[in-house]
Amino acid sequence: MTARKGQWCHTGSIAGVNDSPARLPLRTAAAVKLGNLSSTLSQKMGLGAGGMIGGRVALKLDPQALNRLTQGRKVAVVTGTNGKTTSTMMLARAVAALGEVATNHSGANMPDGHVTALSKQPDAPFAVLECDEGYFPAVAGASHPAVAVILNLSRDQLDRVGEVRTIERSLRDAISGLQNCTIVANCDDVMVTSAAWNASKVIWVATGTGWHHDSASCPRCGNPIRWQGEHWHCTGCDLARPHPNWITADEAMITPEHQKLELRLTLPGKFNQANAVMASAAAHAMGVPTEEAVARLRGVSNVSGRYRTIHRNGRSARLLLSKNPAGWSETLTVVKEANHPAVLVINAQEADGRDLSWLWDVPFERLQGRTVIASGERATDLAVRLTYAEVEHTIVPDPLKAIDQMPPGAVEVIANYTAFRDLNARAAADE
Amino acid sequence: MSESTIQIALVLPDLLGTYGDFGNAVVLEKRMAWRGIKAEIVPINYGEPVPDSCDIYVVGGGEDTAQTLAVKHLREHPGLQRAVTKNAVVLGVCAGIQIFGESFTRADNITHPGMGLIDSTSHAGGSRAIGEVLAEPANGLFEGVLTGFENHQGRTVLGPSAQPLAHVKVGTGNDGSVEGAVQGRIVCTYLHGPVLPRNPQLADMLIEWATGTKVAPLDLPAVTAMRAERVRAAS
Repeated sequence: MTARKGQWCHTGSIAGVNDSPARLPLRTAAAVKLGNLSSTLSQKMGLGAGGMIGGRVALKLDPQALNRLTQGRKVAVVTGTNGKTTSTMMLARAVAALGEVATNHSGANMPDGHVTALSKQPDAPFAVLECDEGYFPAVAGASHPAVAVILNLSRDQLDRVGEVRTIERSLRDAISGLQNCTIVANCDDVMVTSAAWNASKVIWVATGTGWHHDSASCPRCGNPIRWQGEHWHCTGCDLARPHPNWITADEAMITPEHQKLELRLTLPGKFNQANAVMASAAAHAMGVPTEEAVARLRGVSNVSGRYRTIHRNGRSARLLLSKNPAGWSETLTVVKEANHPAVLVINAQEADGRDLSWLWDVPFERLQGRTVIASGERATDLAVRLTYAEVEHTIVPDPLKAIDQMPPGAVEVIANYTAFRDLNARAAADE
Repeated sequence: MSESTIQIALVLPDLLGTYGDFGNAVVLEKRMAWRGIKAEIVPINYGEPVPDSCDIYVVGGGEDTAQTLAVKHLREHPGLQRAVTKNAVVLGVCAGIQIFGESFTRADNITHPGMGLIDSTSHAGGSRAIGEVLAEPANGLFEGVLTGFENHQGRTVLGPSAQPLAHVKVGTGNDGSVEGAVQGRIVCTYLHGPVLPRNPQLADMLIEWATGTKVAPLDLPAVTAMRAERVRAAS
């Protein structure tokens, strides 16, 4: 409690935040204690990072733990297909201007991850929770967020997650049931706009999302969506691009007061500019002055290992995570600027989606003429895709060995979810 | 070899492109190009008329509302149906097998008219069939096992004019026993992967139908290795 007080930067009361989070009922308190103990044990025994097990134990002992642990806190929930972890980190950094923030790191974005994070910081008056889009209805229902950020929705692990429209529909239903919640939504994404369309309070952010392949037909009425420049509208119902309150401009953003602020991010790529503007708009809704929010999120440079560079035997390998066609498409744009050799790492475990058909939605043709190694547990599937894209390549299933086989100098490594997670852990162990 | 360019129509990729089936058109194009057969992909997007002059038509999988919109468009612009009467080669995947039939009935019990190109009806099954599939090609259509990944709720019943594409060994296919359909020069399948990168023998069969010429084998080690891996994983 006392540790938190010193961190309050702004005097006066903050709407929606009590002086301290509500006292936990005995059952939750005991559940939290045992959960925290399991997290510590798990870490000490080298079983895991402890990001989920504590929450899993606590939720077993008290199924209402998420609801109870968020009571009295001002909560923001961040969801969407891509950019969740980065945007959550940016928003958490920005909201820290107001006080201590409990937040889930490293993609532990289901209720057990949330409970673990909240249990570890029981006194933090703010919480910023990254949430898997499938769990959004349950998590938003339990945590009564003041702000919900809906980044984007596109095809991702269709065999596991299901089709985009099903996700949109469940978000739409969940959002319409939220009270006193400000939705921060990407109006350049038809699916997100539809999900947030009926919410009582929405802040629309123009992000310049480039992926439109999942919204040729309206999620509400099935009629075609027509695009004219950045504007879009449904030809059958009233769904149309709302007027944005916040706009992502080139390396800058335009606030609702028409003020232009330079972003100057450490993180690369247009999609991170979009993440930063979404996070700034959400931070503003949480009560953080915009200039302060931007100054804080600028410092984000390494998001659970993403974008970090590892050094091995004269190679500097930048690690990039991409999980689905929209993500890969953006990442291939980021690596386009320099013609560095690329190691592409593909797994197809359950968490990645078992079906690799999506590799054919990724414009790998853009890598023609580059030195490329296909890697990962499903390197041969990738090799077939690269063969037909006429990208010359070799196959080295172990990504660290693949990096070592590249010429000395800069190397780009792009990996999907479990491939990235495993590579990141091994690289960290080597350091 | 014919001097003319083989045109591969990629039908409504904006609506029926959810499962990477665009790759089927790429595989056809490259396997012809690498053998010196001129080929090009002609994308036909929603709102555009469907030409009846292409040699091969490739139709992919999509979500329910997109599928409904696609079938409406293809009935309003019946270029594909005219092309079939002119002996064009057609590959229909997943949504393709459903919309090419006489009708398809969704989980909401509403029956939609199909395009009537193959003698089949489809309806929603109890559970979604998701996973690797292995099937033995029917009637010795092509060599080697058929491999792919299925993800669909539809079940399809073939009438007497349609033949199965293959007999299921692992997975569900149309009904747990047969997979896909062949009628004239129309081939349908539930299999993604996409299906032609996974099954080069099927790709070459379609190319031979379209060109009227036997094609030379093409040795692609990555394809051989991937097929072996997938067959092992599914077995």
